[in-house]
Amino acid sequence: MKKIHIVLLVCIAVAIGVLVSFMGTLTTYDTVETAKQKQGKFVHLIARLDRTSPVEYDAIKNPNYLSFTAVDSLGGKVKVEYDKPKPGNLEHSERLVLKGRMNGDVFKCEEILMKCPSKYKDDMKAAQKNLETTSTQ
Amino acid sequence: MDYLGENLLPGYLGHFFVTLSVVASLVASFAYFKTVQSKLDTNIEGWKKLARIAFITEVVSVFAIFSILFYIIYNHLFEYKYAWQHSSRSLEMKYLLSCFWEGQEGSFLLWSIWHCVLGLIIIRRGKQWEAPVMSVVSLAQFALATMGYYFFDKKVGSNPFVLLRNEMDAPIFMQPNYLSFIKDGNDLNPLLQNYWMVIHPPVLFLGFASTIIPFAYAVAGLWTKNYSWTKAALPWSLFSAAVLGVGIMMGGAWAYESLNFGGYWAWDPVENASLVPWLTLVAGIHTLLIFNHTGRSLKATLIFFILSFSLVLYSTFLTRSGILGDTSVHAFTDLGMNAQLYLLLYVFSWLAAVAAANNFKERMYTIAAAVVLLVAGYFLPVVSLLSVLLAYFLCFFSINKAIPSAKEEEQTTSREFWMFIGSLILSLSALFIIIATSLPVINKLFNKNFTMGEDVVHAYNNKIIFVAIIIGLLTAIGQYFKYKSTSLKFFWKKISWPTVISLVISALILGFGKINYLEKGPGFLAAIYLAMVAAVYAVVANAAYIWIGLKGKLKLSGGSITHFGFGMMLVGILISSSKKEILSWNTSGIYVPMGEGSKENAGENLTLVKGVPTKMGEFLVTYTSEEKHPKKDLWVYHLKFTDKNGKEKFTLSPNAFVNYKGNQGLMANPDAKHYWDHDIFTYITSLPDPAKNKDTANFKPVRLKLGDTSFYNRGYFILQNVLVKDSVPAADMAPDDKVYMATIKVVSKDSTSYTSKPVLISKGGNLFPIEDTVISEDLIFQLKNATATSVEMGVKEPNSVLKFITLKALKFPFINLLWLGTIIMAAGFFVSMVRRIQLNRNADAAEKFNL
Repeated sequence: MKKIHIVLLVCIAVAIGVLVSFMGTLTTYDTVETAKQKQGKFVHLIARLDRTSPVEYDAIKNPNYLSFTAVDSLGGKVKVEYDKPKPGNLEHSERLVLKGRMNGDVFKCEEILMKCPSKYKDDMKAAQKNLETTSTQ
Repeated sequence: MDYLGENLLPGYLGHFFVTLSVVASLVASFAYFKTVQSKLDTNIEGWKKLARIAFITEVVSVFAIFSILFYIIYNHLFEYKYAWQHSSRSLEMKYLLSCFWEGQEGSFLLWSIWHCVLGLIIIRRGKQWEAPVMSVVSLAQFALATMGYYFFDKKVGSNPFVLLRNEMDAPIFMQPNYLSFIKDGNDLNPLLQNYWMVIHPPVLFLGFASTIIPFAYAVAGLWTKNYSWTKAALPWSLFSAAVLGVGIMMGGAWAYESLNFGGYWAWDPVENASLVPWLTLVAGIHTLLIFNHTGRSLKATLIFFILSFSLVLYSTFLTRSGILGDTSVHAFTDLGMNAQLYLLLYVFSWLAAVAAANNFKERMYTIAAAVVLLVAGYFLPVVSLLSVLLAYFLCFFSINKAIPSAKEEEQTTSREFWMFIGSLILSLSALFIIIATSLPVINKLFNKNFTMGEDVVHAYNNKIIFVAIIIGLLTAIGQYFKYKSTSLKFFWKKISWPTVISLVISALILGFGKINYLEKGPGFLAAIYLAMVAAVYAVVANAAYIWIGLKGKLKLSGGSITHFGFGMMLVGILISSSKKEILSWNTSGIYVPMGEGSKENAGENLTLVKGVPTKMGEFLVTYTSEEKHPKKDLWVYHLKFTDKNGKEKFTLSPNAFVNYKGNQGLMANPDAKHYWDHDIFTYITSLPDPAKNKDTANFKPVRLKLGDTSFYNRGYFILQNVLVKDSVPAADMAPDDKVYMATIKVVSKDSTSYTSKPVLISKGGNLFPIEDTVISEDLIFQLKNATATSVEMGVKEPNSVLKFITLKALKFPFINLLWLGTIIMAAGFFVSMVRRIQLNRNADAAEKFNL
């Protein structure tokens, strides 16, 4: 066997090892229901802002505390706590990907990815509305 | 209906040139194909002439499309959807070009333009390789041209010249004078209104576009079974690596300056997708050098170049198809072009397989397989991914069959041995990154639900750091070996001093640099130390090699310069990431923890009340003023930084778009103060909600415990004491009745303090407050409820609104090393490129002389 073959084998072994360990760190997308069953485990919760409950944030009191209620597509609700400033367009988001873990009845969120009405699709709808209103003026 | 005020001529011209470009690129690729396949000299000349005319027609059309679209945007012709959607009258001249790359159509147009420019150079300089290389380039041009084409009313791609009224269904278009109602366009995404966004996309796209040239040379070599392409392809691949590398780092600079993830790199899918082709390209350059010097590694080179371009196409698919939706901070859009984007990838991966096939029969089988699998993929999505992979396996299989392996083994003291290992490591890291980035694709195909774990950045960092260690070391020692074999005595003699020097320097950095990034444990810190040693070694050894190995001849030392720059980038990355400090810890100064949740998490964000100096790290920061952009909802906030000893003074002005054109909320752009050895970097994370702040004539409720602090517009106040008296010996007071008197210390921002003593009388179950006013501060306190240790009260400031911002501030040390390293690395690539072009010319001249 050539040296280069040994190197190749070592590299392949390492690559497989890395991939396996990487697969181990992966997590899943969850709903409120399934996330509650995985207490303390890091998950991605897909939900949206529950507009019927208040969003609590006061930058003067504490800029690093936000709490709101998230509701998923199956209707499951959960209180979310986030120790960073409130993302400015939270109230206008249509979908949230909340990264964090369940702690009792509270979802301790570490990162919020917001899916806002995108400029290309839904903004076009908004713009279309604008056009309609201009025409009736 | 006749519409008024429309300027339709540019649109007609645009449509004409779009059609012309589709036809011309198709003719060009067919004619170039025939040029390669023809046997007779006269036929070759004829086809070649036709091909050139067609390609030049294509170039003219693409530039015409670009100019017409620019004319439409520049003149604000909002009857065209593209102008309406991506621009506005308030847009500055410099951002008009950015409108091109905001939209899909413009991005493909930009890509196409670079293909044209590169194609013209190949026509002029390509010689025997012109025809096969240009067939591939023209085919790519055809594919890009169809992206903007309507075929007999049937939409194939998205055309930039469509009219707004045809695309949108709104009653306004029932009126002939609809244009007079459309006063302004939708405007450019505020994130793109940054000067980096004017130059980053063209450079990045030139990088992407240029990967087709090494690919085309590789395909041309396989197609014509002539392996002399490697010399001609080398300068091109160096060019591509330089431009793509700079383009990627410009994206990093843009992210650093205008996005808020607090850095230049976040392992975001979009970043990964551009990095991976660069890694395989650099691997390909190294194996190409090995081949040119020793005749080995041709197979690996072919694979790497084919993969680089394919990965560019795959990245385009990933980032433009909307499949990354939930995983990235970037906004992705599904324009309904997934099928086309996939076809683009499919056609070019199978093109490589067909070219690699070793005879006519194999080629026909390969084409048949491609067609069958394409149809199968339509019905079974899993096949669609597997068939692309199969194309590469077939390609590799054919290459492996056609090209014999070298019989004798390379020596471990040879340069090529270590270069090959380096290429292997680079390509394996590329493989890892692309698999991790492809998780959404894997989920979709296999109906799974995987996503990246808790710490995405660390999931990459803890693997790539080992790549950095190995690549750093190889970069350092590689050139001290000679091709074929090196005497070890010679090697040690040359490398001993650089080794000693770099060990000393890295010991100094590690000893005094206070690198103690322990968030991820001591193991990772050890890896950072090792990587630091390797990176310093790469810098020192390559600088030394320019003198030791090349006697200071800079023209010859492109490789060393590139490696030197790369090492410097590594050092910059390691220091700036492991020593990144958050300045805005919300723990010190007057900001005592208040309210629920705050005690557990010392936050990374700090609120500054206008005019109140606040301690932040080593600075005292004051939010002094703000101003609005004359035309847009863009607010600039001025923050004055003063050093503790009052010396260092500067002002940072981060800005934010507030509720910008339908994009509700905040889009903040950071500002940074640059020093030679670090940056102070800050951005706004939250602004007061104007709706909540309007009501100043009423009492604002505040709850305080003893010793708690709260704010008012011009300072802060502390609840010092609550005096409770019962059995007040006054008339008509019952024994149960109580009197509360709170003592509140008020500190205004000029540090003057006042005392206010509002009173609350509880009599017969009813509460009677007696307000107290701090007249000079225009501040009124009214108790609403009280106990011996806490009060609920109302605070009124009749004449003012509390202004504050919440921000995050970071310190990045030695980030300039990263930018400088990038520039040096690119310069090194260009030095090598110029030298390789000269060598090729000299060789051509010598060949002519011999004939």
